Amino acid sequence: MSSVLPVIQPALQPQPRTDVDFDEQLAAHGIELRAATVESLQVNVGKLCNQACKHCHVDASPARTEIMTRETAETVIDAVRRFHMPVVDITGGAPELNPSFRYLVREARAAGARVIVRHNLTVMFEAGQEDLPEFFREHAVEVVSSLPYFLEDRTDAQRGQGVFKKSLIALRRLNAAGYGKAGSGLTLDLVYNPVGAFLPPPQASIEADFKRELMNRYGIAFNHLYTITNMPIKRFLDYLRRSGNEERYMRKLVEAFNPTTVDGLMCRSLVSVDWTGRLYDCDFNQMLELGVAPELPQTIADLDPARFARRRIMTGSHCFGCTAGAGSSCGGAVAVNS
Amino acid sequence: MAYYEEDELERFSEIGKHRPDLFEKFMAWYQACQEEGALSRREKALIGLAVAHALQCPYCIDAFSQSCLEAGSNMEQMTEAIHMASALRGGAALIHGLQAHKSVKRVSM
Repeated sequence: MSSVLPVIQPALQPQPRTDVDFDEQLAAHGIELRAATVESLQVNVGKLCNQACKHCHVDASPARTEIMTRETAETVIDAVRRFHMPVVDITGGAPELNPSFRYLVREARAAGARVIVRHNLTVMFEAGQEDLPEFFREHAVEVVSSLPYFLEDRTDAQRGQGVFKKSLIALRRLNAAGYGKAGSGLTLDLVYNPVGAFLPPPQASIEADFKRELMNRYGIAFNHLYTITNMPIKRFLDYLRRSGNEERYMRKLVEAFNPTTVDGLMCRSLVSVDWTGRLYDCDFNQMLELGVAPELPQTIADLDPARFARRRIMTGSHCFGCTAGAGSSCGGAVAVNS
Repeated sequence: MAYYEEDELERFSEIGKHRPDLFEKFMAWYQACQEEGALSRREKALIGLAVAHALQCPYCIDAFSQSCLEAGSNMEQMTEAIHMASALRGGAALIHGLQAHKSVKRVSM
């Protein structure tokens, strides 16, 4: 086995060990990683979730108490209004469990933003959440939901016992509300994560499988499938270490580095804000407490898209997760050729 | 000395230490075979997994199990491929029973 030397990173949370530095890898390909624009504000309203998935990069669970206050949510909406933010992407945890969730959706829509909600499906069965499909439809929310596979055993292995069956019921309810149906204008996208320490398959090929199998087996329709690589931080990094897979997985990510993915990386077009209002280059950096470059404003109250548009991106060894193979982002694969 | 250690697959290129020209030709051929063509990468990975089992090669079984997962196959599909290989191996052994029949017949009254 080749030796693995730790690369020291400025983040406060544990990062995976690699023998190649991400910035040096970029430099070797003549790439300087900077943002191109600020198209999307990704709002992480906190770590509270009704599930505790084994791969979760947030370490979210029902036991977490860190959630965005109403005051911070109002500051977020103020920024959305002031800067005419084109896209507001709301995530968590299960963002619906935050008491300010519906306020954020309503006000972001009223401000003219497209609103994406990272919806875990099963939260629909929590008290007071039964009307979520209708709420989403009323506000033309774009729903993005995780379903790691179209079979029960693999889905439950990652997301918890019974999640698959509940997810199917939730998907049928979203379909009944018009989501995922041709001509409805209501978008229902799914997310595939590998159930283990391997890379996702080509997005187009697995999307075709999901469309065929979900329709044939369960009568469920959806719009697009996004493949997202498991990010080696937090709970998934713990799994890699416990299972003895960290070195092999990181070597796989490094060897699969694809410079053509860099143009499409999500950090080049979004700013991420956490439950306290602090700013980051992406949700993964947020979980590592790796804030935006120190020369920039650090909180949502001081956000200035003009200064953020060409900012340098803060990186770490986890970034190899977004540049491996066909690449990975909140919108799935970013390169056609891996 | 232990046989079949996990890191040996990653040391495959050491075979090229002697007659690197032959190893390079092998690698070019091997890589080209796995490219998407009339068969998809997923189909090729399943063929690889089946052959790996027929050959009972632990290196190939490890490599093609990973390839199958990363090509989007599930355990149901992979297990069917393994059964195909095993059935062929079983059938190939069994059909040789005819040779035994012939051999016995040759010396029997």
